[in-house]
Amino acid sequence: MTTDTQAAAPEVGKARLRKEDARLLTGQTNWTDNIVLPGMLHMCFVRSPFAHARITSVDVSAARGMPGVIAAFSGADFAGEQGSLPCAWPVTPDIVIPHHPPMATDEVRYVGEAVAVVVARDRYEAADAIAAVDVNYEPLPPVLDMRAALEEGSPKVHEAGNKSYEWVFEQGDPIAAFRDAPVVIERNYRQQRLIPCAMEPRAVVASTDVAGEITLWSSTQIPHVLRFALSAFFGIPEQNIRVIAPDVGGGFGSKLQVTAEEVLAVLVSSKLRRPVKWTESRSEGNLTVHHGRDQWQRIRIAADRDGRVRGLDVDLLADMGAYLMLVTPGVPLLGAFMFPAIYKMDAYSFKCTGVFSTKMPTDAYRGAGRPEATFAIERIMDELAVELGMDPLQLRERNWIKHDEFPYTTIATLVYDSGNYEAATARARELFRYDELRAEQEARRASGDPVQLGIGISTFTEMCGLAPSRVLGSLSYGAGGWEHASVRMLPTGKVEVVTGSSAHGQGHETAWSQIVADKLGIPFEDIRVLHGDTQVSHKGMDTYGSRSLTVGGIALAGACDKVIAKAKKLAAHVMEASENDIEFTAGRLHVRGDPAQGRSIQEIALATFAAHDLPDGMEPSLDSDHTYDPDNFSFPHGTHLCATEVDTETGRVTIRSYVAVDDVGKVVNPLIVEGQVHGGIVQGIAQALYEEAVYDDDGNLLTTTLADYLVPSAADVPTITTDRTETPATTNPLGVKGVGEAGTIASTPAVVNAIVDALRPMGINDVPMPCTPEHVWRAIQAARDTGTGQNGGGQ
Amino acid sequence: MASITVTVDGVKYSDEVEPRLLLVHYLRERLGKTGTPVGCDTSNCGACTVHMNGVSVKSCAVLAVQADGAEITTIEGLANGEWHPLQEAFKTEHALQCGYCTPGMIMAAADLLRTNSHPSDEEIRDGLEGNLCRCTGYENIVRAVRRAAGAGVTP
Repeated sequence: MTTDTQAAAPEVGKARLRKEDARLLTGQTNWTDNIVLPGMLHMCFVRSPFAHARITSVDVSAARGMPGVIAAFSGADFAGEQGSLPCAWPVTPDIVIPHHPPMATDEVRYVGEAVAVVVARDRYEAADAIAAVDVNYEPLPPVLDMRAALEEGSPKVHEAGNKSYEWVFEQGDPIAAFRDAPVVIERNYRQQRLIPCAMEPRAVVASTDVAGEITLWSSTQIPHVLRFALSAFFGIPEQNIRVIAPDVGGGFGSKLQVTAEEVLAVLVSSKLRRPVKWTESRSEGNLTVHHGRDQWQRIRIAADRDGRVRGLDVDLLADMGAYLMLVTPGVPLLGAFMFPAIYKMDAYSFKCTGVFSTKMPTDAYRGAGRPEATFAIERIMDELAVELGMDPLQLRERNWIKHDEFPYTTIATLVYDSGNYEAATARARELFRYDELRAEQEARRASGDPVQLGIGISTFTEMCGLAPSRVLGSLSYGAGGWEHASVRMLPTGKVEVVTGSSAHGQGHETAWSQIVADKLGIPFEDIRVLHGDTQVSHKGMDTYGSRSLTVGGIALAGACDKVIAKAKKLAAHVMEASENDIEFTAGRLHVRGDPAQGRSIQEIALATFAAHDLPDGMEPSLDSDHTYDPDNFSFPHGTHLCATEVDTETGRVTIRSYVAVDDVGKVVNPLIVEGQVHGGIVQGIAQALYEEAVYDDDGNLLTTTLADYLVPSAADVPTITTDRTETPATTNPLGVKGVGEAGTIASTPAVVNAIVDALRPMGINDVPMPCTPEHVWRAIQAARDTGTGQNGGGQ
Repeated sequence: MASITVTVDGVKYSDEVEPRLLLVHYLRERLGKTGTPVGCDTSNCGACTVHMNGVSVKSCAVLAVQADGAEITTIEGLANGEWHPLQEAFKTEHALQCGYCTPGMIMAAADLLRTNSHPSDEEIRDGLEGNLCRCTGYENIVRAVRRAAGAGVTP
């Protein structure tokens, strides 16, 4: 064993290439759909073709006689055990949470809702047999428009009506702010419905052994939450459930769910005592993976003539879809605190009404509430700038929190610990060549160029790192926001790290190794990170809300500190010194002032294995666990600038340049951070330009395939210029902030602001998303024909 | 049932298959070659891209019977002792996150470089139009293909 532990350069901050990549690059992957178990059967679901209908009969008997079919079940066959899919976030005491059986029994409320399941020898036979299931429906009227749904006499999605809840929040004196302000403007924005489209379709394998012990493999972000839910809501003893999330091909919130298919796989496998697999097709996934966004936003801003913002008033309608899933009603609330963004003001009021429709339920999708809020505030700041005749960057600067004002308590009661909006904006301005582009814009306006140039700004922040448990408690969320980590010191000095944070593409195995390498002073290569299996990682809150590093990473650092504390005791014994005199430096435990005579922590680990010579009462182990509950959210921020060229004859939008300067605090791995920013930005651009889940007037989803739902390709998106400023978080010992959602939150308003800016001289102040050539062209025609490019009231 | 003989990653297989069996399901479920994943059902995403007789195809849009007599290369057979330059470049440039699109993206990029050994960034983007990635925003994929093409790498 080496004693040469000359301090190496810190791992944290290095652009380490990822440990994960070797298996992913060579096809040695472990996707759920790869799993084959002896005797495994395949499930295929019969799904409702109606948006809303009463089920009058379900007959699976003919399907049972089809070749290769082992069983077929209707919802009634599981009536006693299928329960109701959980909603963990009852946001108000009087919220309506409808019963939500995994398979419908009496009524279907969206196209794609499961009504029966066929279990066969292979997936082709299962798919053949679903045609033999006979379901009779009595159609009921669909409910597709949130505003109409709230009107008197609307058809009802549920007996209790179409309103799920109304949640209000008010600070300061909004009435006075709006009464006294010389400038008040109001806008209405539509957050279109989106489909997450993780590249890996969902897949589930369930196996039940003779003792009734269940193993569930699922393409999920939340193996721990899923295990808890299966026990708490479906009555399976928790000790008898093992959930494994193997390699998971992206999530973006869509796999933060307890799904009907997971529950039914467990029930079917338990009933048949055989392993079952279900893998969705993309078309099935577009119908039945929870959707995102889908809000109407009315936003009013009150300001002085010199640009000082006085107050903000927000009124949302949020489409819940047909049922409340795991965190459906809470998603808009995550935005409630973000509308005031980086700006100081005197008063704020917020109201959100959750509305049922006969569509797929909505739930968390990358950013979850915060992209919606950021879009509305960043759009209306541009509108206010126009109203006041100010440069939109100058208006933002007039109102934002200055770098020397942190920590700052916002009007929405959040305490922003740190930030430097001036620095990020200055750097973005320089990289973007803001002044040159403004000059070019002027010239092209003056010359009447049919292709106009627009400049879009987004000086965003977000709250992430979900979350302090007491804050979640105050918002009526059903769980805490902590994370757990374990460090196992193996006898040979190698280390196993167990994290409750369940990775699905983020690079935890690499980043976590970097953190532990620095904390314990051991080589990056000597560390192995384990995750995503509740038998290995028994405790965790999983991965969403950009929480892995800011919560899970800190838990890991805490576990390392406990390892060191234990090692100091043992080192004191080995070196016959007082524990108080032992110091830990770069992986070595030594008597103060005499680092040459010390022992490496890896040698101390071996001493605990032999345990021949420990003092009385000393536990022969350095292994340590830590559960960390954050004191605060983290508040990454940045300035994104987008230049678009808009062809006023065809409506075609081209992004000419995109500059993103993000501040995510201290960076563990710049390569991973840049990758998250790139991907996040493109997902936000996709909302701005391409994507929308479209239902027809009967409630059929028209965008079931990737030919209809336009996830952009490499040819559809621009090159992105990124840079960073680094303002460490003061609320955690690593100084880190989240990065997973930042790009998506920032980019949508930057792009749409740029498009509107290009068209502003035509009298246009809004283009509905996605800003397709048709939407842009129609906005131009409307402005030319009638001068009604204005968005002042409802649309 | 139809009889087919297919060489996959250098190994010859003879099998009886249903005429409707998709090549990708033959690879994954009959041969256990699960390195090639399925991302959609309309041949839009490209995750299942393999080479058939040296040319990239989306294996969800090819029937196993159409591959009779063909030589198939999947991501699992791309490395020849050493990793393929694209595999190296994807790692170096962090051109993958969840990795689900990666096998198809690399197989499509290999075909692109076969027909155009020094593509411009625009040609790379156009050439990979049939392969979707939800994680990377494509920026690093473009860099990786550029690196593999030996054209150097500058942001």
